[in-house]
Amino acid sequence: MALDPKALSGVAHLARLHLDPADTDALTERLNSILGMVDRLQEADVTDVAPLAHPLDATQPLRDDTVSEADIREQVQPLAPATGDGCYLVPRVIE
Amino acid sequence: MPMHRKTLTELKAGLDAGDFSARELAEHFLARIDTLDPQLNSFISVTRDQALAQADAADQARAAGQAGLLNGLPIAHKDIFCTRGVRTSCGSRMLDNFISPYDATVVERMQAAGAVMLGKTNMDEFAMGSSNETSWYGPVKNPWDVARVPGGSSGGSAAAVAARLVPAATGTDTGGSIRQPAALTGITGLKPTYGRVSRWGMIAFASSLDQAGPMATSAADCALLLSAMSGHDPRDSTSVHQPVDDYSAALDQPLKGLRIGVPEEFFPATLDDRIASTTRAAMAELEKQGATLVSIRLPSVDLSVPAYYVIAPAEASSNLSRFDGVRYGYRCDDPQDLEDMYKRSRSEGFGAEVKRRILVGTYALSHGYYDAYYLRAQKVRRLISNDFARAFEQVDVIMGPTSPEQAFALGAKSDDPVTMYMADVFTIAVNLAGLPALSMPAGMIDGLPVGIQVIGNYFREGQILNVAHQFQQATDWHQQAPAFGESA
Repeated sequence: MALDPKALSGVAHLARLHLDPADTDALTERLNSILGMVDRLQEADVTDVAPLAHPLDATQPLRDDTVSEADIREQVQPLAPATGDGCYLVPRVIE
Repeated sequence: MPMHRKTLTELKAGLDAGDFSARELAEHFLARIDTLDPQLNSFISVTRDQALAQADAADQARAAGQAGLLNGLPIAHKDIFCTRGVRTSCGSRMLDNFISPYDATVVERMQAAGAVMLGKTNMDEFAMGSSNETSWYGPVKNPWDVARVPGGSSGGSAAAVAARLVPAATGTDTGGSIRQPAALTGITGLKPTYGRVSRWGMIAFASSLDQAGPMATSAADCALLLSAMSGHDPRDSTSVHQPVDDYSAALDQPLKGLRIGVPEEFFPATLDDRIASTTRAAMAELEKQGATLVSIRLPSVDLSVPAYYVIAPAEASSNLSRFDGVRYGYRCDDPQDLEDMYKRSRSEGFGAEVKRRILVGTYALSHGYYDAYYLRAQKVRRLISNDFARAFEQVDVIMGPTSPEQAFALGAKSDDPVTMYMADVFTIAVNLAGLPALSMPAGMIDGLPVGIQVIGNYFREGQILNVAHQFQQATDWHQQAPAFGESA
């Protein structure tokens, strides 16, 4: 499986990355060299093998559905690039 | 012996005996950082004022008879750990302006034990790299030869400890990021079992693989540090309920009867003969102490690099989607609209390697490719894990080289990602299986250190530290320090 510049532009959109058109060919080539290496996975016989998502096959721990953390908005909001009236500001979405 | 040539364990004894104070110790190492680090670039931030305040508090705690396990001992944290009130950059422009509002569990625990943080160490951006060349803050130099890399991604921690700018540091290891730089700089580094050390407050790269661990000049020092770092944390849902062993108490066990597995796959025909013979000589030393060598096979580990370069980028693409220029981190100038803000903030905030991995991960998870890449990689991960499980029915530990080569020249691989990825060919399988493993120095070739790896079964950190400590009692490779900075 290999990427072409058009497919790459679709993937970049999904990842919300802007691609510089001048770099697209070189980037496509590098990503294809990575995908070429990864294609060795097709050699493996994985018939009847269950996927392993977590090394310890652990189960999700549960806790009571109660508030356990204090409101720390005043500590974390100053880290944002733009805020107003306690809200995070972004460019206008609705005209 | 100057303070910076002592191990953490020796410094602890010196503090206990009143030979020097925590403040004197902190000032000594801070002065070395000031003088020598401009040549290495191993620190992103030096926290002098906080360090001296923590040292004074440690001296007062000692005077009051309340010294903790690490009381007054200077350490550095990899800049992937959140530290309250201090920039936590993860080696990225994206977080250059991020002052963490909280401490990671690892930071909190070590501070509670009395450790004195001197600063935050340089690293590959978001821990993605094997040379420390992808950092927004520039490459780190190897103190054994400043024209060479220290390895990565915990390259700043490794170089700082090797140059004796700090006696110990924390690192994180997703595919070899503690062990490979430890090998390339001649220090000892341990990646614990997945879930042993809390990941809370440790900026996520690949959540099913990431694990924090200690880096120092000896196995005994790593045992001390691991005791302070480990334990269940309710804030990390993958942190395990498993009692923490007394790692320091396990160090002196004799090795008689120990079965060491030697996998054929870790000694391929292409391996540098000198690295192979250095590794075999180290195992022969352990045989002298009563261990026996058992030839084993790990047939699927050959596919660990391809499996890793699907799973790790897939998890990274998901984890790094949080960096969007809204709540913290970098935001581009004058966005046209919301979409433009997301795309340009991410493209300007992330470096080239991080963007490559996000793209590979997004592709591997996208419609039509999920089964062929991601699901298949997870199945191969199961095969690799099964290989180790079978091997541990016959042996106690598994040994081999840590890295297929010694420290390479700066820039030698930076244009070729796939060649760079092969630097972790012997370390990645351990992360996929979630096992603990340690790297320690076992020889020198052409004036550069060579590291060997000791892999243990789940939660057997005590056993691999024991093996490493017994090796270090009989040899002095771990005591060799670079000439760099000796006149300072």
